[in-house]
Amino acid sequence: MTNITEFPAKRASLEGRKYETFSYLPPMDADRIRKQVEYLISRGWNPAIEHSEPEQAGSDFWYLWKLPLFGEKDMDAVLAELESCHKAFPRHHVRLIGYDNLRQTQGTAMVIYRAA
Amino acid sequence: MTDKTYQAGVKDYRETYWEPDYTIKDTDILACFKVTPQPGVPREEAAAAVAAESSTGTWTTVWTDLLTDLDYYKGRAYAIEDVPGDSECFYAFIAYPIDLFEEGSVVNVLTSLAGNVFGFKAIRSLRLEDVRFPLAYVMTCGGPPNGMQVERDRLNKYGRPLLGCTIKPKLGLSAKNYGRAVYECLRGGLDFTKDDENINSQPFMRWRHRFEFVMEAVQKAEAETGERKGHYLNVTAPTPEEMYKRAEFAQTLGSRIIMHDFLTGGFCANTGLANWCRENGMLLHIHRALHAVLDRHPRHGIHFRVLLKCLRLSGGDHLHTGTVVGKLEGDREATLGWIDLLRESYVKENRARGIFFDQDYGAMPGALAVASGGIHVWHMPALVTIFGDDAVLQFGGGTLGHPWGNAAGATANRVAMEACVEARNQGRQVEREGKEILTAAAGHSPELRIAMDTWKEIKFEFDTVDKLDVA
Repeated sequence: MTNITEFPAKRASLEGRKYETFSYLPPMDADRIRKQVEYLISRGWNPAIEHSEPEQAGSDFWYLWKLPLFGEKDMDAVLAELESCHKAFPRHHVRLIGYDNLRQTQGTAMVIYRAA
Repeated sequence: MTDKTYQAGVKDYRETYWEPDYTIKDTDILACFKVTPQPGVPREEAAAAVAAESSTGTWTTVWTDLLTDLDYYKGRAYAIEDVPGDSECFYAFIAYPIDLFEEGSVVNVLTSLAGNVFGFKAIRSLRLEDVRFPLAYVMTCGGPPNGMQVERDRLNKYGRPLLGCTIKPKLGLSAKNYGRAVYECLRGGLDFTKDDENINSQPFMRWRHRFEFVMEAVQKAEAETGERKGHYLNVTAPTPEEMYKRAEFAQTLGSRIIMHDFLTGGFCANTGLANWCRENGMLLHIHRALHAVLDRHPRHGIHFRVLLKCLRLSGGDHLHTGTVVGKLEGDREATLGWIDLLRESYVKENRARGIFFDQDYGAMPGALAVASGGIHVWHMPALVTIFGDDAVLQFGGGTLGHPWGNAAGATANRVAMEACVEARNQGRQVEREGKEILTAAAGHSPELRIAMDTWKEIKFEFDTVDKLDVA
């Protein structure tokens, strides 16, 4: 049994909490985030940003940051909005969404800034 | 008025049921059969016989034929084609007027198209290869109770495939021990766990006890991880009354999803249960026990793409489609063809994928493809490539067999899947670069590293029995 690693629950802290897509990978650096934004735009999806207090993260409706960035093709503009949202709400999770209006769904969604 | 008179006796079928000049109507139900006739039976006669026996005809003329407009109601064979690579068989294309079938009843469609005709003596064997359901008929069917988009919204899962695991051993666990296995999988990072299809309500674990313990496990794992999760509670039962009783109890406990075996349970039960799910906001996972009995022989039976279309019309939010890469049968191009038929709203004829007709589903939702059976982390790059995001990838042994237990096995699969999705989004060739992608991900996940060491050598490289027909 000595070579089996324990799999502890971490309910007391935010450490064990997961936030869906990519939350089992190490937090993304600027380069990896940029590539995901590029993918989202290349699929023709509309970027949007949401944020939430960690305690409210289970809700379907996080706070919408401004309005979705309809038709935005500039990666830097999307990254700048993500950062603005994070600066305005440093203790919130910040999530990037790609709205797929043709299929009436979110093509993707990922938490970019995890609340500490 | 008709100028026909009654003449008793037996006529060649082709006089009535072979119409090569027939113009197909948009509302016709079309079928393609692979026919292996008895020696000496001409193709036109065999095709006409299939059309007759699957629609209005019987073996002899009867006087009551003259009381109706048989020329309107009959099915007719309108085309014959060679089967590539098999000179003993041919394809017969048959058109049926929509009036022959009760609205919203795949039960009724199969009773005609896959009924007595399959035992007909003039043909040695018969296979229903494909069916074109006209949009006019599709619109009479309920279809998936929720559909892919609604499921993603309810579960808050976007931009990736979902992950599941069938609990093993499939028979013999007590309800509490079974719930333990569920809890460990879900807290490790899976989205779903699944009742094995064989689990109904046996003496070692009655359904009510299982439902209660499993739902405690689901809810605890959700609280622990902050993610939404589900367990497919199998409500397949000996009677419809019992099935609904189990579904209602699952709802009472707060389950997001239940499960049904559509072929052993039957289309009548399945369609009713799908309607119940639509009215009660319940997701419906569909298992396919019995399918290989019907669909595996290349010359006889019903092709899986037909069973799949029937299920989409009858109703289900998930359907098992095979994995291509795991332990169970499945040709890659054929699988790509039928997962389109499960998920897309319009699918064009594509013989290279075994699709004989254009199929328009209109506004009917699509269902998620479920890939399950003998798959493990090393298959992840291929699975993400083949199935894309709209699928549930289910690793049974590939989760539970992890040397550190279910939770670590679940984490290994989740890390591998997310690494493949990230790489795909970066424009990398995930299937070709799979080894590098997984190895890099294992650098930050000891769970994945151990899983990769454990399953390195396991492959299932047997030839496919049911291949597409190619010369």
